[in-house]
Order: sequence, then C-alpha cells, then structure tokens
Amino acid sequence: MKRHICIFTGALLLAISTNAADMMSVQVKTTAVRDTPSFIGKAIATLSYGDRIEVSETQGVWARVKTPGGATGWTHTSALTTERIVLKSGRQTAQTRASSDELALAGKGFNSDVEAEFKKSHRNMDFTWIDKMEKIKIPSCEMESFLQEGGVTPQKGGAR
Amino acid sequence: MNLRITSNFISQISIFWMVVIFLLTVAMSQAQLLDAISDIGAEVAKQAGVLTPEQAKSVKKAGKALDKTFDSITPEQEYYIGRTVGAVIVNKYRPYDNEAENRYLNDLGQTLAQFSDKPETFGGYHFLLLDSNEINAFSAPSGLIFISRGMVNCCKNEDALAAVLAHEIGHVEHQHGLQAIKNSRLTTAFTVLATEGAKNLGGRDMAQLTEAFEGSINDITSTMMNSGYSRGCEREADKSAVKIMQRAGYEPNGLVSMLLEMKKQLKPGGLDFAKTHPSPDSRIEDITEWIGTYQPVKTPVKRQARFLKETGKNQ
Repeated sequence: MKRHICIFTGALLLAISTNAADMMSVQVKTTAVRDTPSFIGKAIATLSYGDRIEVSETQGVWARVKTPGGATGWTHTSALTTERIVLKSGRQTAQTRASSDELALAGKGFNSDVEAEFKKSHRNMDFTWIDKMEKIKIPSCEMESFLQEGGVTPQKGGAR
Repeated sequence: MNLRITSNFISQISIFWMVVIFLLTVAMSQAQLLDAISDIGAEVAKQAGVLTPEQAKSVKKAGKALDKTFDSITPEQEYYIGRTVGAVIVNKYRPYDNEAENRYLNDLGQTLAQFSDKPETFGGYHFLLLDSNEINAFSAPSGLIFISRGMVNCCKNEDALAAVLAHEIGHVEHQHGLQAIKNSRLTTAFTVLATEGAKNLGGRDMAQLTEAFEGSINDITSTMMNSGYSRGCEREADKSAVKIMQRAGYEPNGLVSMLLEMKKQLKPGGLDFAKTHPSPDSRIEDITEWIGTYQPVKTPVKRQARFLKETGKNQ
C-alpha cells in the first residue's frame, strides 16, 4: 500500500511539474521577442499568432521563451496563452482532436467572415479609417526617443 | 487468508481511485470538470430514458454556452468587435486627417500603453483624432482609441493629454466595452459555435452569429455614446490612468488639470462627456484621494514646446 502511495505521489508531482512547463501560444497578431525583459529591450525575433513557444522562466510579467526557430528571449505574458491555438488552415487537425477548451480554434466566432457579413448589410459603414489607423505602428526606438526628447523618465521597471 | 484477500481488494480499489483522481487532475481544469459533470448529467438522463439523444446533446451544448460570459471572448474576437465599434465611431464623427498630429498622438498613446497592465492586445493600440469640438473620447475593445479635438483643447500640456489617453487605455485594459455586451448575445453566439462541430458554419448559423455580433456592437456603442459606463468603470479607468502615468514618468496631476479645464468647458446638458461621465468634481475627489492634494503640473519647457507644436496650438 505504502509503495502505491509513493508511486501515486511521484506521478502527481510529475504531472504538476509537466503542467508548469511550459508550452504556450501567441494570442496576438505579432509580438516581439526581446533581449531583456522590457519593452525597450532590443527585438531579436518576431512571433506570430498561434506560434507555440517554450517558457523556461518568468520574471514578473515577462516570460523567457524559446521560439520555434530556436531563438531565446523575453516576451510579455499578455501576448501569451496556455491554450493551443490552431489556425484556420489547420482546421481539419483541430477537429480530429478532442473538443477540449484548451484548444482554441483561431478564426472561430466573431471573425473576418462575420465582419464581411456585417459589411454586406451596412454598406455605408466605411472601414477605411480603421484600416488606416491600424497601420500606425510606433517602433520601440521611436518610443524611447519620444520619452527622452520630452524629458519623461519612466519609473525603474516601469515599462511592463 | 480471507483477511489477506480483503486487504488486497481494498488496496486495488484504492489504486483505482488514485488513478481516477490522478487522471482527472492531469486532464482537467476546473471549468472542464464542470463541463464534464454537465455532460455526465445529460448522459445519465439519456441512459435513464428521461431525455432523447438529441435533447441530451442540446443540454450539453446549452450548458457549455451558458456558463460563458464576456471573458470567454478570445483576443481575436475582441479585435473584430473593436474594429466594427471603431467603424461606427468614425462614421458618426469625421476623423481629423492630419498625419503629423495623429503621429504625435500615437507616439504618446502607444508609448503609454506599454506601461499598462495589458500592453499587448491582438491588433495593438492605435489612436485617431476626431474633427469635432465636442469634448469626447472613445475606446473600442482591443485598443482602437479616438479623441476629439475638443478634448485635446481641454489639455493644456502633454501630461494632461497623456491622462486622457491613459484613461482610455484603462477602459481597454479592463475590457469595459465587452462588459457592456448583454449576456443573451453571447449565449446565442456560443450556442451557435457549440453546434459548429465538424462542419463549417451554414447560412442560418452565420446569420445568427452575425446578428449576435451586430447586437454586441450596438450594446457597446450605445453604452459608450449614450448611457456611459458605470461610475465604477470610470473610477477603474481613472485609477489605471494614474498608474500608467506614474510608471511612464508623467505627472498624474495632469489628469486633475485636464478635469479642471473640462469643468470650465463642459456645457450642461451637452451630448458629450457631460452626458456619459461622472462630473469632473466627483472624479477629482477620487483621484486626489490616490495622489494627494492637486499640485499644478510643472512640465519641462521642451515637453511643453513639443506639445504646443504637435497639437497645432502655437499657430
């Protein structure tokens, strides 16, 4: 009996440690992998929606990740989810797996198809400016010089 | 001998339950466990002949759909909701087509967003000026933020403008827009999605989903433009604004200085912030509780020069 309890405890510990390790998915369109855990860290790689990455440690809101390409660096945890995201092209794969909540099907629900349907019944609704504003992306070097030129000094560790 | 058999038997049962508990621990989060329990309930009822297989299936589906609320919306779906909410806003208010001023707004806004608790959204944060003298600002889910020129006129320095943008980032961070969606819409949407199964959405399902989408957009835009968020939401957004400004290195008194100016400019009965937000006085009362007595903002000369130049105030 004692032996069984030992085996059970061992297996449970293994299960917990396996859960804590550490594959996560990128849940935003794109995000940078940086050389330091800060937004002013240099971007060394870019991750895309659905990418699976290995998390080896976390420091506050930053996760040390290994990209599919083998690069290691830091990504903000708000860009990551524990769910596995299956992209639309992999829909077939997603369906053959269990319908677990851990499996998020990209493009499910309110998506570009629904937006297209909405546009059909609201032909006067113009999305030009939405597309235009989405293109305005400030690179982190510009943010840094913006703060500097304005004499704005972030708190130590302020950039989340 | 008998005692030995009984002991072996008990031992085997213990192992069996340990394995069951182990498998459940590994395989299921709490939410999944609840799903499984609802599935098992439906299955038991089916086996007992209380429900037909079809009814059992629909009970399972409804159970899964009903326990989902706005926080079951994925970042990708939030992004599509935000795009359409944004489209409603720019179709009601004309955007201010000035590349330099919009760039400045994005320099400031996107930098501030990095200091929020949610710096990463599906499509990122983007800011746009609206060509209107109304005192207004809107934030669509996922980070599309709109500021009227009337609102910019309430800002006497960059710290005050930073406060306006940080307040709107606070609404995005706390998903206040999504919270305005009626649960019934989400129940419809998630029920349709639960039926998706092995097939792509058919015409009827797509129509239902689009209807739920349209309803969600109406819920958000009417809250934003007509009734306003709750006092609690506004306080939460102000609290985030103070936090973001402190982390970034802006003077949080900028929020109070903006509210004092807004108080002078708001017209009673107006259709803008006068209608959708708590009074500046009550907001100032809350904010000074967090940051202490109001001190006029001392903004560095070069920051003030930049602000005046980039907002077209020194012309």
